[in-house]
Amino acid sequence: MLTVENIDLYYGAAQALRRVSVAAEPGKITCVLGRNGVGKSSLLRAIVGHQPTRSGRITLDGKDLTPLRAYERAREGVAYVPQGREIFPLLTVRENLETGFARLPASERAISDELFDLFPILKSMLGRRGGDLSGGQQQQLAIARALVTKPRLLVLDEPTEGIQPSIIKDIGRAISYLRHQGKMAILLVEQYFDFARELADSYAVMERGEVVLAGKGAEMVESDVRRYLTV
Amino acid sequence: MDAAMDKPRQITQSLLYLDGVSVSFDGFKALNNLTLDLAHGEMRAIIGPNGAGKTTMMDVITGKTRPDTGEVLFNNGEIDLTRKDEAAIAQLGIGRKFQKPTVFEEHTVEDNILLALDSDRRVRGTLFWRLNGDGDRITQILKTIGLTAHRDRQAGSLSHGQKQWLEIGMLLAQDPKLLLVDEPVAGMTDAESMTTADLLRDIAKDHTVIVVEHDMEFVRRLGVKVTVLHEGSVLAEGTLDEVSANERVVEVYLGR
Repeated sequence: MLTVENIDLYYGAAQALRRVSVAAEPGKITCVLGRNGVGKSSLLRAIVGHQPTRSGRITLDGKDLTPLRAYERAREGVAYVPQGREIFPLLTVRENLETGFARLPASERAISDELFDLFPILKSMLGRRGGDLSGGQQQQLAIARALVTKPRLLVLDEPTEGIQPSIIKDIGRAISYLRHQGKMAILLVEQYFDFARELADSYAVMERGEVVLAGKGAEMVESDVRRYLTV
Repeated sequence: MDAAMDKPRQITQSLLYLDGVSVSFDGFKALNNLTLDLAHGEMRAIIGPNGAGKTTMMDVITGKTRPDTGEVLFNNGEIDLTRKDEAAIAQLGIGRKFQKPTVFEEHTVEDNILLALDSDRRVRGTLFWRLNGDGDRITQILKTIGLTAHRDRQAGSLSHGQKQWLEIGMLLAQDPKLLLVDEPVAGMTDAESMTTADLLRDIAKDHTVIVVEHDMEFVRRLGVKVTVLHEGSVLAEGTLDEVSANERVVEVYLGR
């Protein structure tokens, strides 16, 4: 269980997050929605440890992550699929996946078949360089690489951005499957409203660095959320 | 003088006129047949979801990116901006403010404005700047941007909002014909963002301004014509109320 309590984040003198609180339960999908520049990615960067917070607390299953560096948080089971994917273009698909081994003991360093059940395309491309994959394939690789680390928390930043509809469906199915497995909490940042609504067990809407609306996914009222997403 | 200057075009009476501008990067069309018409003295707000082409449009206007096709004309069509480099375009009076404040933190507010002034940079003028009218201009600019009381403060000690205003002041010091302002209120408090809208409205009384921003309350406060970009083209244009009532605009913002 991830809990984020009242975090503040600054870039220089500019405040990007203002007392933001959000929670993500194992076996559930929590969606964070909002327009460009409202602080969604900053929230994720705070959670994974890429950006220091000035106040507030971030815990995973009761353990305080706030003082930990990004690699220490990864060791605690935090996995991150960044916006723009950031796969290693010159490494092969297999090597990209193997970068996720770092936090695992030697006995657990294997790529499970489950991963290829989720993203079959990767199996046929193991020897290809990451940079030669299409955008959608790279997105699947980035998610698979995160899963190799056997996370307790999976954080995804706009996995549908710029991806063709058929692959968006595959990604949606994979995320639902991971929820069903119940091993990890999933925190999903999205601007694609229908995708988020279909997946969300709970949701939070951000505006100007703050959470302005939150609730259960089933109770998400389109007109309320739309107000914050559109012009 | 190049050919475009010798032969005045009758195409447009606008300060800035973009027609059929396309730019692609590796097959991705960042701008796709973009058309934009900006009158002298107008302030325009540009909005649009991620990847709509807002930044590329600014890059084309300022000469950072050269369009594959299309026309970019300045000052009643007199000047073809696609033939100019970045420095020449800045000299023509097109000033750009990027999202992140980039003031000289170690210098005072006054010195920051002084450094930006478009005045005589030879030794005499620089040493005796207080005598040659620069002092008055600085006073005027500081008044416009609301930093009069902070004239002698080190810029690094200003709040985020104040730094943004100072940088807008530095832009004004160059006396530009056209100001391009990229996401000025990101990271500002609500009060600062409303003050910024009022500041830009004030500046727009005697300048032409393009503002790119995502913050809709701010755009509402600007109270100007809005252009919505999507996939490198103009999707809608009108008042904020008109574009927000447009179903296509709503769909695009929902990612559909």
